[in-house]
Amino acid sequence: MTSLLIRRVLLMVPTLWVIATLTFFMIHAAPGGPFQSEREIPEAAKQQLNAKYGLDRPLGEQYVSFLIHAVRFDFGPSYKFPARQVREIILEALPVSAELAGWALLLALVFGVPFGVLAAVKQNQRLDYAAMGAALAGVSVPNFVLGPALVLGLSLTLFLFPPALWQGPMSRVLPVATLATAYVAYIARLTRAGMLEVLRQDYIRTARAKGLSERAVVFKHALKLGILPVVSYLGPAAARVVMGSIVIETIFSVPGLGRYLVNAAFNRDYTLVMGEVLFYATMLMVLNLIIDVAYTRLDPRVEAA
Amino acid sequence: MTTASLAPVATQQLATERPESLWADAWKRMRRNRAAMVSAVFLVAITLATFGAPWIPGLADPAAQDLKLSATPPSALHWLGTDELGRDTLARLLYGGRISLLVGLVGTLVSLLIGVTYGAISGYRGGALDDFMMRVVDILYALPYIFLVILLLVFFSRSILMLFVALGLVQWLTMARIVRGQVLSLKHQTFVEAARALGASDATIIFRHIVPNTLGPVIVYTTLTVPAVILQEAFLSFLGLGVQPPAASWGTLVSDGARVLALFPWLVIFPGLALSMTLLCFNFLGDGLRDALDPQDRRDVS
Repeated sequence: MTSLLIRRVLLMVPTLWVIATLTFFMIHAAPGGPFQSEREIPEAAKQQLNAKYGLDRPLGEQYVSFLIHAVRFDFGPSYKFPARQVREIILEALPVSAELAGWALLLALVFGVPFGVLAAVKQNQRLDYAAMGAALAGVSVPNFVLGPALVLGLSLTLFLFPPALWQGPMSRVLPVATLATAYVAYIARLTRAGMLEVLRQDYIRTARAKGLSERAVVFKHALKLGILPVVSYLGPAAARVVMGSIVIETIFSVPGLGRYLVNAAFNRDYTLVMGEVLFYATMLMVLNLIIDVAYTRLDPRVEAA
Repeated sequence: MTTASLAPVATQQLATERPESLWADAWKRMRRNRAAMVSAVFLVAITLATFGAPWIPGLADPAAQDLKLSATPPSALHWLGTDELGRDTLARLLYGGRISLLVGLVGTLVSLLIGVTYGAISGYRGGALDDFMMRVVDILYALPYIFLVILLLVFFSRSILMLFVALGLVQWLTMARIVRGQVLSLKHQTFVEAARALGASDATIIFRHIVPNTLGPVIVYTTLTVPAVILQEAFLSFLGLGVQPPAASWGTLVSDGARVLALFPWLVIFPGLALSMTLLCFNFLGDGLRDALDPQDRRDVS
């Protein structure tokens, strides 16, 4: 357990370093400096700006100082909004994105697992086919198609929910539902597959032979193992929810990390882009680590291997 | 190729009378899967319609503007309506589908080439090289690659070529793992030893004898990679980072349509439908192929 933990943490360091380095050099190799898209500035002012942001120093020196600051989660001020630190912007947007992603993941588990179990228990019956057909459709419809469709139907026609923004509980419904659908569907599929695998094992037959009720067999004995694929999917799911939230935040004008990232990308706000990418990367890796640790707790066989 | 596919089968053929080959067996199972067959037909139809669009009689020019017919709902003349510039939605949809499908296919092909080669070499050579190559895959897996793709597209040219490269380059990791796993289980089988005894070089053994035997899982995963790549292209195009105007893909059409959602809903409904249906069919087909080809899942059937 501890050796796994140490190895994983050690693997995170080079990964983060690779990302930081790639980001840094990609941005510096990109055509056009951050101040060139603005209107014509006098040469002297440009030099001052460059000096202020340290862009006049040799590249190697800039790189080292960038790394040192990045370790402390300090990316300097935003290029676009010089009065604000990148760190500030990220910390302000984080709770919004975290809430959106958290609700979506919770919804995915609460609906996905029971549907999957139901489909597995009723394997090859009409209910199974219906649930799995719906799940495949849910996986296939992209969130940026589903989002506008839901807005069109529930908000512009039936006036049930506000079509955009992030104010009050009702405004949460559409963004969260749009983001969660694909994961509800995917988790239902995973649960079904996991349960089918477990339900034909000997210990389940033993449990049935003991005379346990079907409910006890399914929920007490089978689900414990059958849910493992879902647990191991939670890491990638978290990553994808975070990625999907970029689109959702853009569609619904939610002031979270994703919308800032897209705007920063278009504004060539280099420091903000770098800060966000590194922040996302770190967050995803820590999430994955936590989930892997949880997995070894649930399934002792992993550690033996 | 011939030696590889014949060697294990030949002995079986002595024992029983003409057993069904894996492929005939799979085809039989596949034909019984109605969803997968319907999906295959739909995909063939949409591919023909998009790539054959220039030759469809009566189809409007996708670039022809008619401001008198600005944003008209579906009608007899324009079956799927027109956009704000009076361009025919059906024509734009079909021509846009070309780019979407092309990106999906080329991106998948790039990932296939890299993934199969990488996985086969890693699995066959084993040892320290395998360890190193798989560690690299581990590190790349942990990269939030979509952000790197966004960076690439933001800071460099937003060309279709860049899109192909960016999407292909990030899709090969899983393929490499799948192929490696297959190769590990194949490389100690007798037909490989026979090839080695005959003095075949490593490259010959890997690419002529082992790789053809990994085709089943590779085909299944390829079918599932195509929609993944199409989806990612649409995702990037939706954010305005992918295909640039005047070219259009399903992603940019949905994106443009979503902006005028309240006024001209048909501009988002039809491209969204085309995209979703295509993705759904690829997924059904992939599921069907897996059930038909993957021996592990056969227990379900029996």
